[in-house]
Order: sequence, then C-alpha cells, then structure tokens
Amino acid sequence: MSEHAIDAPQPKLTKKDFTSDQMVRWCPGCGDYAILSAIQNALPQIPEKKEDFVFISGIGCAARFPYYMSTYGFHTIHGRAPAVATGVKLANPKLNVWEITGDGDALAIGGNHFIHVLRRNIDINILLFNNEIYGLTKGQYSPTSRFGQVTKSTPMGGIERPFSAGELALAAGGTFFARTIDTNPKLMTQIFVESSQHQGTSLIEILQNCVIFNDNAHAAVTRKDHKDDFQLHLEHGKPMLFGKEKDKGLRLNGFKLEVVSIGENGDQENDILVHDANETDTIIHHMLIRMSPPDFPMALGIIRAVKAPTYDQLVEQQYQQSLEKASFQSVDELLRSGNTWEVK
Amino acid sequence: MSKTMPVELDKVVIRFAGDSGDGMQLTGSQFTYTSAMLGNDLATFPDFPAEIRAPQGTVEGVSGFQVQIGKIDIYTPGDLADILIAMNPAALRSNINWVRKGGNIILDTDYFQDRNIKKAGYKTNPMEDGSLDDYKIIEAPITSLTKTALKGIELDNKSIIRCKNMFALGMMYWLFDRSKDETIKFLESKFRKKPVLVEANKKALNAGYNYAITIRAIASNYKIPAAKIEKGIYRHISGNQASAWGLLAAAEKVGRKLFYGSYPITPASDILHELTKYKNLGVITLQAEDEIAAVCSAIGASYAGQLGVTASAGPGIALKGEAIGLAIMAEIPLIIIDVQRGGPSTGLPTKTEQADLNLVLYGRNSDSPCIVIAPSTPANCFEYIFQAARLSIEHMTPVIFLSDGYLANGSEPWKLPSMADLPEINAPQFKGSEQEFQPYLRDPKKMSRYWVVPGMAGLEHRLGGLEKEDITGNISYDPENHQKMIDIRADKVKAVANFIPEQQVIGATSGELLLVGWGSTYGSMLSAVKELEKEGVKIGLAHINYLNPLPKNLGTILGAYNKVLVCELNSGQLANYLRHLFPEYRYLQLNKVQGLPFKITEIKEKIKSILNN
Ligand SMILES: Cc1ncc(C[n+]2csc(CCOP(=O)(O)OP(=O)(O)O)c2C)c(N)n1
Ligand code: SF4
Ligand SMILES: [Mg+2]
Repeated sequence: MSEHAIDAPQPKLTKKDFTSDQMVRWCPGCGDYAILSAIQNALPQIPEKKEDFVFISGIGCAARFPYYMSTYGFHTIHGRAPAVATGVKLANPKLNVWEITGDGDALAIGGNHFIHVLRRNIDINILLFNNEIYGLTKGQYSPTSRFGQVTKSTPMGGIERPFSAGELALAAGGTFFARTIDTNPKLMTQIFVESSQHQGTSLIEILQNCVIFNDNAHAAVTRKDHKDDFQLHLEHGKPMLFGKEKDKGLRLNGFKLEVVSIGENGDQENDILVHDANETDTIIHHMLIRMSPPDFPMALGIIRAVKAPTYDQLVEQQYQQSLEKASFQSVDELLRSGNTWEVK
Repeated sequence: MSKTMPVELDKVVIRFAGDSGDGMQLTGSQFTYTSAMLGNDLATFPDFPAEIRAPQGTVEGVSGFQVQIGKIDIYTPGDLADILIAMNPAALRSNINWVRKGGNIILDTDYFQDRNIKKAGYKTNPMEDGSLDDYKIIEAPITSLTKTALKGIELDNKSIIRCKNMFALGMMYWLFDRSKDETIKFLESKFRKKPVLVEANKKALNAGYNYAITIRAIASNYKIPAAKIEKGIYRHISGNQASAWGLLAAAEKVGRKLFYGSYPITPASDILHELTKYKNLGVITLQAEDEIAAVCSAIGASYAGQLGVTASAGPGIALKGEAIGLAIMAEIPLIIIDVQRGGPSTGLPTKTEQADLNLVLYGRNSDSPCIVIAPSTPANCFEYIFQAARLSIEHMTPVIFLSDGYLANGSEPWKLPSMADLPEINAPQFKGSEQEFQPYLRDPKKMSRYWVVPGMAGLEHRLGGLEKEDITGNISYDPENHQKMIDIRADKVKAVANFIPEQQVIGATSGELLLVGWGSTYGSMLSAVKELEKEGVKIGLAHINYLNPLPKNLGTILGAYNKVLVCELNSGQLANYLRHLFPEYRYLQLNKVQGLPFKITEIKEKIKSILNN
C-alpha cells in the first residue's frame, strides 16, 4: 500500500548513540552525572526513533543537560522550559519531549508554567533535579531548601517553608508523579522508561546531590548504612514494605500513615497498605509524597499514574471536529466567505 | 416617501454615541456595512470605554462609533462629525467636542430629564441653556416612539427599549438615503432562532425611517454617491482581523501550521478570538498562563518547524523581552504582534498611542536587533503581517509587528487579494548531507541559518541561549567569537534592507518640507498632504512601514528637502531614532499623546506654521 508501509528495520540504539561529543562540565561528584547516564541507558529502551527525542531545558546546572545528549535539544531561559516544551509538543505531537529543570527553575521563577503544564496534562516528561539549592548561581536557598537551612543568602538560617514538588503537582491536577534518587541508577532508568509510557505530563523528581553547595542534602535517605530503613520503593499492586528484611511496612491509622514492624504487636502483613498508583483520589498519594525521615521512609518509585485525556490529544480531537464542520478549506475560500460585495 | 431630491455630498462623518449597553457599535457597523455595499469608500473608528459596563447614564459608560463615508478617497474616520446621534445626556456631553460647529445633533429627548442630565455631569439642561446654539438640534423622543411602535409585541419592556438603536439607525438610513435591506437581512440571520426579536427590531428600524420622513428632520436628505473604487470583490475588515488573516495566508503559503500563543489583553485579544475559529486550517491557538509562556510556546512551535506567533500590547511585550532575545540567539522564526495602546504601565488600555517603538527597537538585553514592521491602515495589516512572516522565516529571526488600537479596531473596505498573487515564502532548508550539516551554517545571501527541526533524522543538534560558536553551534565563551556572532546577528538584520521595497514618497519628491510618519497616522497625514495640495501647497510624505531595517533610500529622501517634520502619537520616538541614524539632518516634530489619533487639521496647521516661518 503506502510506500512507508514497511519501515526499514532500525538498528538497535545504544547508550553511545545518545552521548554527545561535548565535554560535560558539571563539578566532579555532582549527582547530575548519574542522571545523565541513566537517561542515556533508558532511551534505547523506549521505542522511538532517535530523531524524535527532544530535550528542552530552562537554566541552571541541571539545565545544561541537553548539550550532553546527542538528540535534538534546546537550552532555553530560566523557568520557561514547560512553555517551550508545550509549543514543541503541540507543533509536532509525534515528538518524545523531555523537559529538564532544577528546583529553582521549576518551582521559583517557573512556578506558574510548572503548575499549568501539569494542569493541561500535555504529554511530556519532566525531570526535576532537586538539589534543594541554587547550584549555578553558587549556593542561594531554593523553594525546596529546608526551614532554617544556612545558605549564602540565608546566613542566619532560612525562614521560608519549603515546597514539595509532588504535592504541588497533585494540587495542579498532575496525572503522574514519580520520585527517584541519583544514587540508584537502576531505579532511575526503570522509572524514566516507565514514565515515558504515561500519556500526559510525567513529573519525575530526582533527589540530586550538589556536592559543592548542598552536599549530603539527601543523606538521611541515601546513607549506605541505613538507606533500606529510609527508602520505600513503591510498586503498583504491592504492599508498602521496606527495611533490609522487608520487615517494616506502612499502615493507615485513622487519617494518618504509620510505620509498623511486621510481626511485632501482632501486626500482620495484610494490614499493610497496598500501593495503588492508579487511584484517582489524591489523598494517599499526598500522604506518601509528604513522608520523610526520620519518622518515615522517603517514598520512591511511581507514586501516581492516572489516566486523563492529554492536552495534545484534545487539540487533535478539536482539529478533527473542525474539519467535519468546515465551510471553507483554504484561505482563498475564507476570504470570500460571508459578507463580501463586488465592485464592477 | 420623500419627494424632494436628496442633496449630494462628497463625504460625511457620522458619530453614534450611547450607553455601553445601547448597541451603538452594532448600529455603527450596520450603517457602515450598508454604505460599503452602496459603493462608498469609508473608514471607521470605535471609541469604547475601558470598563465593560460603567454605570448607566454616566460619561464613563459612553460608547461611540465614528464612520466617514464618501464618494472620494477616505483615509480616516474624519476629524469632526457632521452629525452626531446621542442617546442620552452623557453621550452628548462626552461627544459634543467631536461635532463640527453647525453640525447636526439628534438627541433622544426621552433621556433629557433632570436625573440623567445630572448623572452626565451637567449643571443645567443643555437643551435649554443655550450651550447647543452652535448646532442644529433634532429632538426625537426615540425611546417612547420605539415603545409605541412595538406595542402589541410579546416582549418585556427591557427588550423593547433595547430596540431603540434600530429606531435611530432607521432615522439615519433615511437621512442618508440608504436602503434598509442589508440590515433587515442581518437581523433575520442574527435572531434566526427568535422570530419575535426579528420582528421587533424590524419594526423599530422602519418606524425610525418613517419618523425621519414625517418630521422632515432636515430640509432634505443627503446622498453620498458611490466612490470610484477599483474593480474587485471587497469585504469590510478591521486591523485585528486583517492581521489574523494575513497570518493564515502566510502559513498556507509556506506550508506550515500556524501556532498562536497568547495571553488576553486589550486591544490584541481579538486576534486570538479570530484565529481560534480556524482550527480546520491547521491553526493551533494556546491561551497561555501568562505573556512569557505565550511567547515561549510560540518559540517552541517555531523550533519544531511551525510558524510561531505571539501577540500582546505594551505591558505584555515588556514581559516577553527575555524570550525574544532567546529567539534572536537561537535564530529561529518568531512573530511578535504589539497592538500598542496608551502607556506606561496599564495606561489607557482602550486608547491608541504609538507607544512602543523604543521598546521594540531597544527593549532587550545586549545588542539584540529585531526586524520591526508597522502596518498603516486596518486592511494593510494583512499585507504587512504577511511580509513579517516572510522575513521572519526567510531570515530566521524574530519580527515585531507594530499595530495599534486605532488600526486594530478601525475598519475599512478591503479588496480581496488572491493567494496566487501573494509572494512566495521560502523556508531555508538544508540541502546538504548529514555529514556536512552544522547548526550555524548560513545561507550566503540572507545569512540565515537553516530551519532544521526535531524529527529530521541525522541532523540532531542543540540550540540555546548561551553564546554559540559560529558554524558548529558549540557553546563558546571565546571573546573573538562573541564579537563575531554579535556582528553576524546585527548584519543579518541589516541585510534585510536588500529584501524590502524602497521607501515611497507621496507628493513633492523634493523641496521645502517632508512629512515623515509611521504606522497608523498614515490616514491623517495623507489627508493633510492631499488637502494642502488642493490648496496649492506641495509637500512630500514619507510614511514608513519598515522601521528596522529602514528602507535603503530613506537617507537620500530626507536629504532632498529643506525641512523634515516627524509626526507621531508619542513624544518623539521615531524622530530620535532618525536623529541617531541620520544626524546630518534636522528634525521638526509634531507629537500628541492623548490616546487619540491626529486630526487632519492639527497636521495642516503645523505644516502651515512651518511653511510660513
Ligand atoms: C531571568 C534570570 N534570572 C536569574 C538567573 C540566574 N540563575 C541562573 S540558574 C539560577 C538558579 C538555578 O537553580 P536550580 O533551578 O535549582 O538549578 P541548579 O543549578 O541547582 O541545577 C538562577 C537564579 C537567570 N539565568 N535568568
Ligand atoms: S554546583 Fe552543584 S549542582 Fe551544579 S554542577 Fe556543581 S555539584 Fe552539580
Ligand atoms: Mg537546584
């Protein structure tokens, strides 16, 4: 039939196919390296042509990312990547669009675009590198920095309460939220691949370490000696268990979550909450997102993945409807439609 | 029917004024449309308040519509009205200064009671205190006559009163010897689903028409014969609509989808309303969350290979500055429409001003030149935005299109072009091999990059706001390279002068005085030059549409006269720009910043005072 009916077999892409020839200029030891590598491992597992991947970033250390990829990329302006990515996706819905942003980029200067891209549910993937600091401008506090945190611009300690990216996303009507961590390459790659399959805006928060200006910001979650006790790896349909021996779990007590030890005080595994990422109600997802050490483990994995029409699909739908009703097919016909008169 | 022969006039200026809820815009546009069908040349200007419905009967709530119709070329809606129809005292008070001495004023006397007179801010009744002695007053109890005419119709009182604008329109139709047919057709289609409203409005229209005959409102009625207009198919079009349609034409010509990202703002919103109707032509409109998102989404669309457009007025253009710089750096097409309004800050949202020439020429960080184009009539917004798109695409750089409130809302008859007659738009395509490709390779003549977009296999590359090395597009902090790239971006925009028409001069091509203007002042400036010519005074007019780069011959033109007078609706932004570029000449200025267009007489007086000196 069509001459394109049989696509030539695509040679299998590898990590190398996604690595650019540019020198990577992050500080040695920066968590961004691991994220870059995880993406380069993930893309070959996503069934798209190389030329259809596009990386759009704002400004910040994180936002340099597109230069290190060998895909199409656009390093734009501070905070505005969601809007640029929206234009790209609407202009060509076939593209597989990734937005790279930092906590300052996404939640401070770009806060407005961040909530609206989620609200529209346009089909892009957002990687939010959360190092709880402004890296590129050398160490001022960000909207995710801790209350009381001493930074260059808060020498006496911060007096602003931090934002939670995930909670903000849920409040904005986000349909997909996952959290992962730069110390776990396997989890990152897995989540990147899975999130690319979600139809709608996928927000992935990556707990990222800035060795220079906010080293060990996530140590409470990542420290080797206790990480199993403070990381809960959520899987859809599985009980929320954690700990080296998977002997701890989460249970709902009234309107609150609580950590219980299996076997102690008669607590049974079937009291433990089973993760339902597809639940449209946001309450449990909010609770999971809010958890943090020392009282709780940090929830990692895909916390929320619900179905909703995407903005780009709706645009296409209205386009199809408009074709059915159209009384003109071209600009010439439009110009001559309606009230015209002839001067002879 | 009237037996007296109508008196023939060359042209006439009519002003409709009433409360925002009185339907004056509709009345005015019906009168306009009927006149256009009769073959008159014409120009219109609506004058409405910033408030949606300010309190009834107050001066703040008055909405006006002025139209000039004629059998000779009409370039403006006219300075002063020959006839004003005022639906209440507030309408009279706020419009009396727009009526020429000796002109006619039709008043709805039903509203000239104490309460309404006071509400309008009058101390005494203007119908009795002699303040209208300079005018011919036609007293007509429009509201009560409408009620009488509609007796027996199954409608509530409020809806009946609402038909009074049709009564007024009927009067006007008799006074100016126009047929009611077009308006009747319009009513039948508009109220298709409510036959009772068709009947009521028709009755009011006929009653007004007959009333004007019976009372012999004026000794005889007037006739404005058809203008000698070029043959062709015409329609009536406003500047905003023409801008929207010009974009559609450009997108179709170049074979790309039109992407329009915008955030509502007066007086630009109508372009969004208009474009969103044409989804079937492939138009995508995004009402963004703010001005910055609007321009950024358009940049994203252009980056992905569609024609990205954003629009706003001054306050929004100020917000878009950083993003425009990104498009300059990335060297991709982008059209930014600035429908200027009175400023600074929120300023005068519904009033016109040539406010933003400085902003668009200089209002970005670093050396970041943009192509700047200004249309000069409502209808030629079509042609100039088409050119804006052509230049933006072919030269791969942003173009700013400087419309304004007067052009946006003003309207005139427009001879329809045919797509086949519009120039080609050639997107710069990379034709070499994958191995040869580099993101900052350039077309040798236009210096434009190639429009290589995501989805094209083997040509993957990275763009961004950081300075790029020439050719390779790699990030570069090298001093020499930065100098080179700054120069390239400037030269690229300068080179556009080779691809735009030379500046035309109307009237004298040398001599004592050259008038220079730009944008929407064209109609008044041209009228002034033509009227003076009839009086035996010959001067030249260079009205500029291409503001950056300027036409190559402009300097020579400026040098051909003893004096140059720059007329602008701001405090001298073009004059200073010319001073900077052509310091060898002296520039006189005529400036007005009142939210209003120039009156022809203001320009003529200034010219005369210069010539008599
Ligand atoms: C309009 C504008 N304002 C300020 C800056 C300066 N700036 C660059 S990056 C940045 C903060 C980046 O922080 P974040 O998004 O957390 O990224 P990180 O560097 O930590 O990866 C700021 C304030 C800028 N580039 N543009
Ligand atoms: S400053 Fe921090 S975030 Fe930026 S590159 Fe260095 S370590 Fe990474
Ligand atoms: Mg950061």
